[in-house]
Amino acid sequence: MAKAIEITPEIVAEHGLTPEEYQIILDRLGRAPNMNELGIFSVMWSEHCSYKSSRRHLGKFLTKGPRVIQGPGENAGVIDIDDGDAIIFKMESHNHPSYIEPYQGAATGVGGIMRDVFTMGARPIALMNALRFGEPTHPKTKTLVSGVVAGIGGYGNCVGVPTVGGETNFHKGYNGNILVNAMCVGLARADKVFYSAAKGVGNPIFYVGSKTGRDGIHGATMASAEFDDDSEEKRPTVQVGDPFTEKLLIEACMELMATDAIIAIQDMGAAGLTSSSVEMADKGGVGIELILDDVPQREDGMTPYEMMLSESQERMLMVIHPGKEQLAFDVFHKWELDVAQIGVTTDTGRLVLNHKGKVVCDIPIAPLADDAPNYDRPHVPTEKREEVKAENIALTDINAALKTMIGSPDLASRRWIWEQYDRHVMADTVDSSQSGGDAAIVRIHGKNKAVAITTDVTPRYCYADPHEGGKQCVAETWRNLTCVGADPIAITDCLNFGNPERPEIMGQFVGCVEGMNEACRALDYPVVSGNVSLYNETNGQAIPPTPAVGGVGLIPDLQHFTTLAGAKEGDALIIIGETTGWIGSSIYLREVGGSEDGAPPPVDLALEKLNGDYVRQLIRNRRVHAAHDCSDGGLLITATEMAMSSGIGVQIDRPSGDFALSGWYFGEDQARYLIAVDENSVNPILSTADGKGIKAARIGTFKGGGMTSNDGLDLALSDIRAIYEAWFPALMES
Amino acid sequence: MKTAVITFPASNCDRDARMALEKVTGRPAQMIWHRESEIPSDVDFVVIPGGFSYGDYLRCGAMAARSPIVKDLVEKANKGLPVAGFCNGFQILTETGLLPGALLMNQGLNFVCKPQKLRITNTNTRYTSGYGSTQEVVYPIAHHEGNYYADDATLNKLEKNGRVLFKYVDNPNGSARDIAGICNEAGNVFGMMPHPERAVDPLHGGTDGLNFFKSIIESI
Repeated sequence: MAKAIEITPEIVAEHGLTPEEYQIILDRLGRAPNMNELGIFSVMWSEHCSYKSSRRHLGKFLTKGPRVIQGPGENAGVIDIDDGDAIIFKMESHNHPSYIEPYQGAATGVGGIMRDVFTMGARPIALMNALRFGEPTHPKTKTLVSGVVAGIGGYGNCVGVPTVGGETNFHKGYNGNILVNAMCVGLARADKVFYSAAKGVGNPIFYVGSKTGRDGIHGATMASAEFDDDSEEKRPTVQVGDPFTEKLLIEACMELMATDAIIAIQDMGAAGLTSSSVEMADKGGVGIELILDDVPQREDGMTPYEMMLSESQERMLMVIHPGKEQLAFDVFHKWELDVAQIGVTTDTGRLVLNHKGKVVCDIPIAPLADDAPNYDRPHVPTEKREEVKAENIALTDINAALKTMIGSPDLASRRWIWEQYDRHVMADTVDSSQSGGDAAIVRIHGKNKAVAITTDVTPRYCYADPHEGGKQCVAETWRNLTCVGADPIAITDCLNFGNPERPEIMGQFVGCVEGMNEACRALDYPVVSGNVSLYNETNGQAIPPTPAVGGVGLIPDLQHFTTLAGAKEGDALIIIGETTGWIGSSIYLREVGGSEDGAPPPVDLALEKLNGDYVRQLIRNRRVHAAHDCSDGGLLITATEMAMSSGIGVQIDRPSGDFALSGWYFGEDQARYLIAVDENSVNPILSTADGKGIKAARIGTFKGGGMTSNDGLDLALSDIRAIYEAWFPALMES
Repeated sequence: MKTAVITFPASNCDRDARMALEKVTGRPAQMIWHRESEIPSDVDFVVIPGGFSYGDYLRCGAMAARSPIVKDLVEKANKGLPVAGFCNGFQILTETGLLPGALLMNQGLNFVCKPQKLRITNTNTRYTSGYGSTQEVVYPIAHHEGNYYADDATLNKLEKNGRVLFKYVDNPNGSARDIAGICNEAGNVFGMMPHPERAVDPLHGGTDGLNFFKSIIESI
């Protein structure tokens, strides 16, 4: 049957393979592939699965550290958080499907990242996200926002894992390609982590979860191509999620994982049955033989090609210890899930598929993984920009400026979003987006310690200078974790870029990765998992480079942590770090100055470490009532956010000096923190800082019900809050 | 004193409920699987937890209300066994007919999760006696179908007989007459959309829910 179709150059091109790549297949097989085999090569060698444009650059990342149990290469990264506990986490993109079908695209993004985590033996305990949409006035933006938010909530709320934080930006650069990056954090025992390497010969292969349908065929290939005006016709390649099945699958897997039945386990994500079986076999150095007739199927008459390329959701593949088959059947039957033995491991090193009594695929596994293309794409560095001097940027009306800023698309409250997420389920959320804090805090169940989790990237910096922007996104997550009193441990990343075949885009990618890696090394903050999403462009217009970073840290003792809230009446406001008034690429310059020009703030990584370690030490010594890192919008926005969260105003006393006001209030110098401390702590904190060579100054006092300053600032908190809260609902109700 | 929590497929506040019961009673709570046919006779108080039982398919709570364990639960509740349902548990109780009315889609059409202020409208009940003179409490809410509906005659009867125990301050979902929590005529079956079980820990949701559990447990 399958062999009846002759593989023409057109069919090869439709599978996203170049003539050169197809020639490699011919050479490795020594014959022409049949359609099934071609389909399998095409998804395994897609950008999405093979990382063919990015692999050689990702290899440079710092991936090891004293707390790293498992770095990149598995379903998710694993870190040690003491007492035999391990945290397993990863972030992944679902950009292309979410643009085409926002609800299902976002929902299945959440489902997929959860499976990556619980397939390794961890119970998911928290979800995060990083979202980018086009400009608020774009006709599609509203629909996309409401669909994506409903999809994330609809999935996470039902499964019963709290969505505890995230970030959302709007920019015209995302008009044609939104970004939906979902992160999941799970908790496991360090000695009960499950891996995907199939082992042994003759061991049964189990399929569990939902039935296989025709949805999502070639999703991985879609995610490896640019969009054009007809992209919405790709809707049938978007998968449909069922969080109910996911919840049952989590519980069933947890139950079976508590026994000794499982040798290896892998979720069926992108490229479904193909990538899961090939990856398990490749990692274990074994072969796999499957009887496709035994695959639970949703529809009649499915072909081997469809079964192997389907991206139906909520499915897992397992290698089970011989003799434990009945145990596996019993557990999955209890949870009313489909379960079937569909094959065995072999010693042939080949992937052999049988269907209706015939061999429909027989190919060596090694070339699928090892011989996947690994391109050194040409890349040109982004041209450096001129600095914009704050002296040339006016601040004429500080009250009007604060109102404009706090009600601007990137700074206004995200309440409209996070009130649609269940943040409390599982009863261990200590802090979430509700406080507007820098990092979410989720307690380790039954213990007095917690993980801190954050996602961050500043695409406008990455666009202006990929290298500095790459450093900045890593440093900012490190700062965010520091602000709640956590020891930053490791990151996951989701690298969203345009078409890597264009040298200037590849230059952005290489620049960001190198900057990120520099920061990881300087901060001892390794990458343990991640995902790359390329071809985020439409009609040749690429997104701004957006390497989203998800950081995880440990709060060893919940007696000691801080949030954004907590400042007391009479507390002093101290800034740690130096303010030079860097205004280039700032939100102020964009929202008030009407320009996106200028080099972004430079990131001094040694200073980041020095300042951050000091702030964390102050928090641990219980000197700090509230802390917030000074980032988007600069000092005044940071102080205002603390004031709103604490419910107390701030009188700012700008130290005398030769400052440009725009730069002092709204500049975005890095490595800075604002902390609220008791009056009596001010002198010791400042003198210790001085001794360490850290710039620190008292710049105000928490008091009253408004934001005031010696430069004429005088706004009631209630008025500021009204503007802050009004923007999002107004957008969605417009 | 023995408490129990029923777990349906895709219940997801079963652990939250168990933690709250164990915190207040100091004893383990029994988890009862939906396929079991009987509530053990020594169980004194049953919680039907929140979540998305059976994926909310058909209608929230509709399938759970017809599961094997609920058949026995209804019989025992009709004989006086205290039963409380939170969120999806409330939806299930209305589907069984143990409590009147129904929960419709929120008026705002979106899922809503936030700390919610509630006014206690009757402290002279088995579920609220521990609040004494406390007028207002804050429990977290997290639901999509929490808009309480009943016909006027039913609402009048509920209010007249003191069976409305909690009302919303700033109604978040469009519930009729701001009703947040109600009990049956005998006062042993209670349901509400807010989550008192998520308000028993100062680090998570506050502690306003503690007196709810203390009230019912001390009444047994």
